[in-house]
Amino acid sequence: MSPFDWQPVWLTLKLASTTTLLLLIIGTPIAWWLARTRAWYKQPIAAVVALPLVLPPTVLGFYLLIMLGPNGPIGQFTEAIGLGTLPFTFEGLVLASVIYSMPFVVQPLQNTFETLGSRPMEVAATLRASPLDRFMSVVVPLARPGFLTAAVLCFAHTIGEFGVVLMIGGSIPGETKVLSVAIYDHVETLEYDQAHWLAGGMLVFSFLVLMVLYFVNGRLTRSHQP
Amino acid sequence: MSSIEVQLQSRLGDFHLDVAFSAPANGVVALFGRSGSGKTSVLRAIAGLNKSVTGSVVIQGETWQNASTFIPTHKRPLGYVFQEASLFPHLSVRKNLEYGWQRIPASERRIKFDDVVELLGIVPLLQRATARLSGGERQRVGIARALLTSPKLLLMDEPLSALDHGAKQAILPYLESLHDQLNIPSLYVSHDPNEVAHLADHMILLEQGKVAAQGKASELLTRLDLPIAGYDDASSLLEGTVASHDYTYHLTWISMECGRVAVARQDLPEGRRARVEIRARDVSLSLHAHCDTSILNILPARVIDTHDINQTQTIVRLQLLDGQTLLSRITRRSAMALGIHEGMHLYAQVKSVALIS
Repeated sequence: MSPFDWQPVWLTLKLASTTTLLLLIIGTPIAWWLARTRAWYKQPIAAVVALPLVLPPTVLGFYLLIMLGPNGPIGQFTEAIGLGTLPFTFEGLVLASVIYSMPFVVQPLQNTFETLGSRPMEVAATLRASPLDRFMSVVVPLARPGFLTAAVLCFAHTIGEFGVVLMIGGSIPGETKVLSVAIYDHVETLEYDQAHWLAGGMLVFSFLVLMVLYFVNGRLTRSHQP
Repeated sequence: MSSIEVQLQSRLGDFHLDVAFSAPANGVVALFGRSGSGKTSVLRAIAGLNKSVTGSVVIQGETWQNASTFIPTHKRPLGYVFQEASLFPHLSVRKNLEYGWQRIPASERRIKFDDVVELLGIVPLLQRATARLSGGERQRVGIARALLTSPKLLLMDEPLSALDHGAKQAILPYLESLHDQLNIPSLYVSHDPNEVAHLADHMILLEQGKVAAQGKASELLTRLDLPIAGYDDASSLLEGTVASHDYTYHLTWISMECGRVAVARQDLPEGRRARVEIRARDVSLSLHAHCDTSILNILPARVIDTHDINQTQTIVRLQLLDGQTLLSRITRRSAMALGIHEGMHLYAQVKSVALIS
């Protein structure tokens, strides 16, 4: 038996953490806007954000491949500014994951913000807090369960990604060969031992993540109730 | 210069708000009206919480809003007490109080932290979580939190309406002492004439988004052409001075130029100004000054006018000898039997008087 190959594990964790971090930064303002706005185009935007929930990952991956490729609009742009093309690179995977996992961040945050209502922000405004100050000192602490859910779901969902990665990343060791792809490769080459370790590890990991999430969320929700 | 000048319009569905009033920026100004009269909308607009309302808001010479200016809420030197205390659940009582206090420059902290905490009786609550407070305690913390921003104008949106009767009676003295000790002008939204009688000096009556009347609270509360006098707890306010104390029967006599009334004994210095509230339903009328009655307070009066509030009852507006106004609610049958008419002289018998300040 060949020595255990940790590389896909590290690569996957790196991809998931980068994606989660980026999505918390990008997704929070989108969720905030969706929770507050009364604009007519709120529903179309919400539908676009939710698309990855219903689309087969291969569809998403296919379009991304076209768009990011040397003939696609984004590909031409990235080449023009000297970044080269993104497909089959780690950066390309990050971009794809950000789009693919977007609803898992935006939806729990949007729900949390909607439940909070506008009152806490109004109170903070009458107490001299500027908009950013109000968000950081009131909304973020009150929405903590929502942020936690969003982060964990995004992290776990990115780890479980397969179709999109296959379409846009391929299976380049150290660059785009993440866990799920590694398992697929092992099975294809009949290395069931390796596949067992990776698949079993992922099963246990996913279970633990969700269990911790439910425990922590239960406690946070309870501590805010009278 | 010391004034509140407000002029606001908005159109929300079929509700039109169109109000204009000016009020003195000292003491408590009541914004009074039934629910749906637009009083909360006015208060929110003054705070800048409702951006769709147009018009102008000028407070003590500072323009908060006009056609070309809109100062955002967090830059307006106001304090706002919401109907439900709306304390931050993630912060302790002390942190709630410090939230606004920390956000104003130290040089602008005219109101001392310890003073407010003492005044509103929240010293024992400071370390508690907000979830462990009663309704009355929460509202006191809400008021203290607003005061600690040393506002130039305190806006209060029915701060007592969510409380039961007991909690309400317990918190009123705190509000009265605020008024006496901190001297912050306030706008107080209410639909309860009793609260207005207790707290307000000036009053603005709103009806269906318009100002129906404005003026001294004691005058408006007794005007028969306004709906307030017909309320079940309609009352009159009289001004007098503490005359003497009766230690045998535990009474304090309040004297006015038109006579004197007794209240339950209060520990007040003689000669102090006093304001009393008399409910219209506690005033009966008689053609002669009886001395064989259990009623202590008998004031000679002249009928100004009368108004039937419903098929059974009528309200009589009386002028006392010193010009103050007193309301009496009697049955239409009694009014007929006594032959009550304008200009008639008679005696008002007051069953109970409450000293309010």
